Amino acid sequence: MIKYIVKGVLLLALISLTGCASLSIEPWVKPYERQNLADPIMSASRHPIANMHVAHVLDGREAARGAESTEGGGCGCN
Amino acid sequence: MLLIKFWRRSLSAAFALVLSMNAHGVTVGQPAPDFTLKNMQGQNINLTEQRGNIILINFWASWCGPCRKEMPVLQALEDKYKDLGVQVWGINVEQENQAGRDFLANLELSFSIFFDETNKLSATYQVEAMPTTVIVDRDGIVRYVYRGFKDGYGKKYAKAIKKLIRE
Amino acid sequence: MVLKVQKVVAVVVTKFNNIQRVRTRFLSVLKLVVTFSLVINLGLTANLSQAAVLGAERLDVLYHSYEGGGMKIDGPAILLRKKATESVVVTAYYYLDSISSASVDVLSTASAYTEERNEGQLGIEYLHDKTIMSFNLRQSDEDDYFAQSLSVNVSQDMFGDLTNLSMGLSYGDNEIRRNGDESFEEESEQYRIRAGINQILTRNLTASLSIEAVADNGYLNNPYRTVRYIDNSIPSGVGYQSEIYPETRNSFATKLSASYYLPYRAALFFHYRYFSDSWEIKSNDVELGYRHPIGESFELELKLRYYQQSEAKFYSDLFPYKNAQNYLARDKELSDFDNMTIGIGITYSLPSSLSYGSSRSEASLQWDYIDFNYDNFRDPMAEGGVGNESLYGFSANVIRAFYSVYF
Repeated sequence: MIKYIVKGVLLLALISLTGCASLSIEPWVKPYERQNLADPIMSASRHPIANMHVAHVLDGREAARGAESTEGGGCGCN
Repeated sequence: MLLIKFWRRSLSAAFALVLSMNAHGVTVGQPAPDFTLKNMQGQNINLTEQRGNIILINFWASWCGPCRKEMPVLQALEDKYKDLGVQVWGINVEQENQAGRDFLANLELSFSIFFDETNKLSATYQVEAMPTTVIVDRDGIVRYVYRGFKDGYGKKYAKAIKKLIRE
Repeated sequence: MVLKVQKVVAVVVTKFNNIQRVRTRFLSVLKLVVTFSLVINLGLTANLSQAAVLGAERLDVLYHSYEGGGMKIDGPAILLRKKATESVVVTAYYYLDSISSASVDVLSTASAYTEERNEGQLGIEYLHDKTIMSFNLRQSDEDDYFAQSLSVNVSQDMFGDLTNLSMGLSYGDNEIRRNGDESFEEESEQYRIRAGINQILTRNLTASLSIEAVADNGYLNNPYRTVRYIDNSIPSGVGYQSEIYPETRNSFATKLSASYYLPYRAALFFHYRYFSDSWEIKSNDVELGYRHPIGESFELELKLRYYQQSEAKFYSDLFPYKNAQNYLARDKELSDFDNMTIGIGITYSLPSSLSYGSSRSEASLQWDYIDFNYDNFRDPMAEGGVGNESLYGFSANVIRAFYSVYF
């Protein structure tokens, strides 16, 4: 089951790359329009040490685990 | 499903495709799109009127870390090559540019700064990374395009400029 | 006798095979992840020179405090992020829990205790074009629990940097002991695999979907905790026996998140997560966050979170008699309950006159109030008679005070 998920993700990545090759999808938010998303207040990891503590407090008291942060958005620079 | 079965083969196929991809954007070897913008001093400057000079056009924004790091590098190029017929132009792409102006106020930059608030120029120049640097030769032809900025790019810009000066 | 030995051998061999199977699967997935990152890397080097950026260099020093449900835990934590080269960042983390516990579980079957837990992490992140690969080692140590884990993550920007795809694997190994029992030593292992996609939707909105599967095997319960059952042969009417958990636990979590930039310069965060596992626990949690800058130097953060879970299939607050089931649990963490968190935080950016060189620093204070309500866990110390005591509930105050330096 997990192997299928992994292969699926891999293929999604490849499809997106080949999509770029055929110029079919133009980024609809240009790099110079990323001002708001690059603002530090929009960052999910604005205070990483605090996030780690929040996760630790909940981890020991709740049965649920997994699917914590994903990075992304932001500057898109360089 | 079939793709997943032959995933190894599709992986190598996509790999080959990816390798053959061309970079998009302003094309090296083509004339640089003409434009007129007002600089910080209030003068209207036009690109084609600068024929005979080498222009280094840099698209930047104050919210972009690598762009900020690039500023002293650009100033150094301006200082070194301005008497050899080279101009450095910084084009700010922020739609609301107060932060950009505040950033400039803290620096002592002597090269021309323009504001592309409507992003019309950024679209024309197909700016696909922040920052983007385009070097235009004396005949107005795009010769070099750099996307992004990393340590060591300053040397690349200097090398490119020296080559164009010798032409 | 021979039959018994055969039975034991069969059980051991099956367990070993199970672990081998999980391990083989894990290794083949690891192979896929490595191939994936290599392909992406080599493929993209050929053309686009656009790339992602590694996060800022910073040092955070934190004091944390948790007080609630008869437990008081506090201590320091420190996190350092430093660039080693233009494309490599190293991270180091140290955390200490000083625990003094007189919680409901402890008071009903034992006496209050104090304990210390140390944790350290070391990580490295490598940036190449649009790929960030990271590797992290973690070790946690208390006198009866020793945990070590490693994780690997790959993050890839694509589609004009509008999409970020990430994948990760973790492996953890735990050693469980029991205070006062030198001969007691058990082990457990944990495998994790996660994937996520983060997408920029508009100039002001990003959304992400992440999934994570976790597989545990080995000794998964607590060596001190007990379950209770009705025992009319003794005056109290209640007998206690050690909890018995299955030796495996597989779980799957899915989380949907979104961030929105409000036009007057503020940020809104949302997330929803659904969790289910092989012990039949299902949970939902939803969180809303809001970050609002005030003036030039302050940032206000508000948080609201609701969590709800249903019980494990072998959970009961009170079993009808001893050995009522193959698996027995009375851990309130596996019961039917919900909690609500309200949080507020403030961050102050220190003026540059107080900062060293070109660095800038911030001081932050956060307070979370968490209210827990159990639907089928009773407080054994309360009135009402065996099995009819009032349902347990408690609230906790969590405080974080920290100082951050960006350099």
